[in-house]
Amino acid sequence: MAEKTYREALREGMVHEMDNDESVVLMGEDIGVYGGTHLITDGLIDEYGPKRVIDTPISEGGFTGAAIGMAMMGMKPVVEMMTWNFSFLASDQIIQNAAKVRYFSGGQVEVPLVIRGPNGGGVQLSAQHTHSLENMYGHFPGLKVVSPVTPNDVKGMMITAIRDPNPVIFLEAGALYGTKGEVEEGDNAIEFGKARVAREGSDVTLIAYGRQVNLCLRAADTLEEEDGVSAEVIDLRSIRPFDEDTIVESVEKTHRAVTVQEQWRWFGVASEVAAIIQERAFDYLDAPVERVSGAEVPAPYARNLELAAFPSEKQVTNAARRALYIEEK
Amino acid sequence: MAIRETSARHEALGLDEDDLRRMHYYMLLARRVDERSWILNRQGKAAFVISCQGQEGAQVGAAYNMRPGHDYLYPYYRDSGMTLLLGQTPRDQFLSLLGKREDPNSGGRQMPGHYSSRELNIVTASAPVGVQFPQAAGTALAFKMRGEDGVVLACGGEASTSGGDWHEAMNFAGIHDLPVVFLIENNVYAISTPTKLEVAGSIAKRAEGYGFPGHEVDGNDVLAVYEVAREAFERARAGEGPTLIEAKTYRMTAHSSDDDDRRYRERQEIEEWRQKDPIVRFEKYLMEHDLLDEERKEEVDTEIKAEVAEASEYAENAPFADPEDVLLGVYAEG
Ligand SMILES: Cc1ncc(C[n+]2csc(CCOP(=O)(O)OP(=O)(O)O)c2C)c(N)n1
Ligand SMILES: [Mg+2]
Repeated sequence: MAEKTYREALREGMVHEMDNDESVVLMGEDIGVYGGTHLITDGLIDEYGPKRVIDTPISEGGFTGAAIGMAMMGMKPVVEMMTWNFSFLASDQIIQNAAKVRYFSGGQVEVPLVIRGPNGGGVQLSAQHTHSLENMYGHFPGLKVVSPVTPNDVKGMMITAIRDPNPVIFLEAGALYGTKGEVEEGDNAIEFGKARVAREGSDVTLIAYGRQVNLCLRAADTLEEEDGVSAEVIDLRSIRPFDEDTIVESVEKTHRAVTVQEQWRWFGVASEVAAIIQERAFDYLDAPVERVSGAEVPAPYARNLELAAFPSEKQVTNAARRALYIEEK
Repeated sequence: MAIRETSARHEALGLDEDDLRRMHYYMLLARRVDERSWILNRQGKAAFVISCQGQEGAQVGAAYNMRPGHDYLYPYYRDSGMTLLLGQTPRDQFLSLLGKREDPNSGGRQMPGHYSSRELNIVTASAPVGVQFPQAAGTALAFKMRGEDGVVLACGGEASTSGGDWHEAMNFAGIHDLPVVFLIENNVYAISTPTKLEVAGSIAKRAEGYGFPGHEVDGNDVLAVYEVAREAFERARAGEGPTLIEAKTYRMTAHSSDDDDRRYRERQEIEEWRQKDPIVRFEKYLMEHDLLDEERKEEVDTEIKAEVAEASEYAENAPFADPEDVLLGVYAEG
């Protein structure tokens, strides 16, 4: 174990598989000499050369389509979206093609493709750079979707993503590239479809993924200090496949749940979580499942407006208090 | 001197002294607003800056053909030389830069550099590059269908020609002979990626494949850009269809305030392009024609700097939008 940034851990995961398997190649805008606009691929062109670290033109549809073609030949492209927002321009390739090739070829063809990049907002780049796309990509059978938040998870899940024979949508916590955490050495592949209990507790379950996990951890501390409430925090990590059991077990213990997401309330992952809880743990619930989401606006630029548009710690603590029938603050 | 023998270039183009002074004024104004923006960024007041420096000649030269409030502009994020020329003020720019309530572009909703003015027919720019071109073709089609003589100027960097949207717009405009001028400001880089890794062949020559003229022009020569753009605007107004202009220029600053350009280009290269600075070149031309001297140049610059300082101060003191207003403006009423 060593302390590393999210950025370093992510790079380490890719490097681990590049060293393991020559067919792993990186593609994307400014990932070569520049090392990526978020410096994720820093130094890799020196080590692996321009044949395995490929700078592309600004043509998301074009290079994602090309990556699908390479993957169908047995290569393992890891495509960087400079931000996930630009993947809308490649969405036909991803949704209509990468996700369906295996099914429509009667299982003859696989697409071992990883598409990765920063997801979500919080860095004052406004709406066209700020979408959280878990629910959108999570909607489509044929895709796997993950959203790791700790340095150890981002490394281990990247290793798993590259080994997976299916297209994987790898949603990084863009605002957290510089955050640090303990990272296992070597092969720490982390199975998809397993949530992580980020904090144990007994009174209420806070469920999130990505950057909002950290928000929930802060809210849990506040609840303990101010209200003497013991909150459990679950980090979903994997959106598709989805770990129902960990959530259900937690709610059976706490009887109350708050789901938190940066994306909008309507048709979001939090709604799915709430639906699963009522299907599988209805008799254990002592209060309605609360949802905390982003405001129903395209994310604004000005810092004060942006903050007003994202879930806040106060919204989370108050949602938990409502679920516990104690006074909001 | 050879220059004296034939008539001066600007005279041949039908530009009088006033025109030249205006061109110079707006190029310099754009530069000074930009320089001030970087200072506000370094002071921690502006979260994000994206620059026009080096491209003012291409911008003013092309947009000088526009009739403000009549023709339409689809700018890209560097085109402040155009939006200032069309009537946006330095105040407007700083209010946007600082995300203030009074920002006339978006009230602090959109990033700086993404201009929008219904009154001036400046269409809000998209952050994803290249998507403005099909919309510009549609605006041109609306002009044509209504029998109006408006022209649409649609701009982007060279890298915005790599995506499908640009090609789709070129094709559509070619099919319908639309009154649109595509201006590509080729400034050598897409963030760090040099042209040779983003553009196959020649951008200007691609127009031929879509059935209309394409011109390559020295983008740091404001009069040269004005000249090709004038021809393009005339063609469009006469119903003869689109034109593509590739203005060869250079991005003199880092890509944005988030970029460190030392990672990918030599200082020497920037220095070489500084010698070709479009403002310096135009000033030289004006001096050669006795339309400017050092004293007058100082006067203009002092006037501009005072205007910029006043505008910046105003915007710095202006209030932010009320956070409660964050929900306003998503849907049209009706
Ligand atoms: C579709 C899309 N992909 C990536 C980006 C990120 N990005 C912003 S500007 C830029 C470079 C654009 O280069 P160019 O079109 O040449 O314009 P320049 O910035 O050089 O003026 C990139 C890659 C984006 N905004 N949109
Ligand atoms: Mg460029």
